[in-house]
Amino acid sequence: MSIVTPLTTGPEITPKQLSASAVAKKKLSSPWASLAAIVIAVLWTIPTFGLLVSSFRPERAIKRTGWWTFFSDPQVTFDNYKAVFGADGGVNMADFFVNSLVICIPAVLIPLALASLSAYAFAWIEFKGKNFLFLAIFALQIVPLQVTLIPVLEIFVKLHLTGTFWTLWLAHSTFALPLAIYLLHNFMKEIPAGLIEAARIDGAGHVSIFFRVMLPLLTPALAAFGIFQFLWVWNDLLVALVFAGGGNEVAPITLQLANLSGTRGTAWQLLSAGAFVSILVPVTVFLLLQRYFVRGLLAGSVKG
Amino acid sequence: MFNTASTTPGKLLQMLAALLLFAAIMGVILFIAGRLGRGKNGDKWVGYIYLLPAVLMLLIGLVYPGLRTIYESFFDAAGNAFIGFDNYKTIFTNEDELTVLRNTVFWVVFTPFVATAVGLVYAILVDKSRMESFAKALIFLPMSISFVAASVIWKFMYEYRPDQGSVKQIGLINQIIVWLGGKPVQLLIESPLNTFLLIIVMIWIQAGFAMTILSAAIKAIPDDIVEAARLDGVNAWSMFRSITLPSVRPTVVVVLTTIGIGTLKVFDIVRTMTGGQFKTNVVANEFYSQTFRADNQGLGAALAVLLFILVIPIVAYNIRQVRQGA
Repeated sequence: MSIVTPLTTGPEITPKQLSASAVAKKKLSSPWASLAAIVIAVLWTIPTFGLLVSSFRPERAIKRTGWWTFFSDPQVTFDNYKAVFGADGGVNMADFFVNSLVICIPAVLIPLALASLSAYAFAWIEFKGKNFLFLAIFALQIVPLQVTLIPVLEIFVKLHLTGTFWTLWLAHSTFALPLAIYLLHNFMKEIPAGLIEAARIDGAGHVSIFFRVMLPLLTPALAAFGIFQFLWVWNDLLVALVFAGGGNEVAPITLQLANLSGTRGTAWQLLSAGAFVSILVPVTVFLLLQRYFVRGLLAGSVKG
Repeated sequence: MFNTASTTPGKLLQMLAALLLFAAIMGVILFIAGRLGRGKNGDKWVGYIYLLPAVLMLLIGLVYPGLRTIYESFFDAAGNAFIGFDNYKTIFTNEDELTVLRNTVFWVVFTPFVATAVGLVYAILVDKSRMESFAKALIFLPMSISFVAASVIWKFMYEYRPDQGSVKQIGLINQIIVWLGGKPVQLLIESPLNTFLLIIVMIWIQAGFAMTILSAAIKAIPDDIVEAARLDGVNAWSMFRSITLPSVRPTVVVVLTTIGIGTLKVFDIVRTMTGGQFKTNVVANEFYSQTFRADNQGLGAALAVLLFILVIPIVAYNIRQVRQGA
């Protein structure tokens, strides 16, 4: 490959199509670059793939031979999935699946609604102490959950809420607020002030501006944070352990998978199928709404 | 409505009731805001009422508990006697706790750098390639699954079967060791190897995050800079060193610190894979064990506060770097 490519190479390589890394990559001589990319991709995919294959192999086969023997001796069964859903194995994934959904939906909608109101106030209303309050909420993002758990648990005990979904709904909603307010505020600030002023001149109050002007424009931002929060709550273990660890009645699917791994760590026929049942929803949500999720990530996110 | 729901219809009903109650509260807030908005200084009051629910929740659920935990970290196991800094002294002198601290350092040093390096290299390699979005999804997918599921996936990779004639390995890593002529290793028991094997799980999850953010930064590098360098005939390595890397440096800092903070607080992986045994414990997991297993609330609180303190320099560094870049 020539080092200096003249500008008049032809229409297919216009300068706009080449980014720094594209050039770097070209110069790295493509075959090696492709090989390196493929090696990383394979390394990253194999662990999941191995467990996925195992979840469809019979128990005897899983325990006696490695999953790679599947290719020389393919045996397929759905028994593992039947076992994790069935009541007799004591795994009952279906119940925990319902719990996870019941926990997630309010734990996403409540902070989303409250944070949009707050973000609107911070972005478009003038009041005393605004900057200080905003800075304080921004700073709260760095507080680790661990610091808050015991006192929050004590509050729930006093309110007789322990062992109910309310603990998880309230805890997740509260913990989500700082990041949600910060992100939504950034999105709202980008909306042209002219739009709001025009609505004000037409005599609209902050309530109708919020609903008629803001919410429709904010849909992508709400989707971005919604997915973020959904994955966070669905995948959470710590909050679930602390507030729902006592009984199985409200525990989410991650908690059951963790328990299964702790008590039946060698029952790979159950663990493999159970793991895939638990990641089915987040992976689907992610694949369908990847665009919004990435946008949420890019908006800057430090959570925990 | 505030009881424990135990049947599926019961659970769904309770969820519906909770959502309706929440909608009603929102309705009241908006109604009051609508009324206040008409009065003198109306705007100001609308602002306050919009903020009221969030601020209340944060005060009760985050600020008060945080302060309370700091206070409790100066008390003994039962939370009765004031013992000054003794809990903190324990963390920095007790042998087990020192192992916890050492492991946490390993986690926080290795995870961000390796994950970011892999993410950056991969982002450059697949940039503008034909299968870019598919290639990215492969690396990014681990981000969407739980730490628990990721731990189960990797525990299976690390699975060990004793080295006896007819017994076959079912974990891929040990099988590779055997194929290469070695003897199978109890990977999760061997210290300090096991800590690094757990760190790999976190790297596996976070590399996708690093790649996504850095890929966006790479695409934002102005074309004319790249073109000028290209006309000067710079080679791949100096293109990377003098164009790509300086351009994405501020983003690299953000990615490093974000992963660093996340790593500091991760406990799911340690808990699921080893339960903190075999010298793999980290601060976040030790916090959980001391608070809920050993019933040592004072020490647990001190460990939580330590997590908080450790986050602060990382965030401060992040803010300083971002400021300098701007």
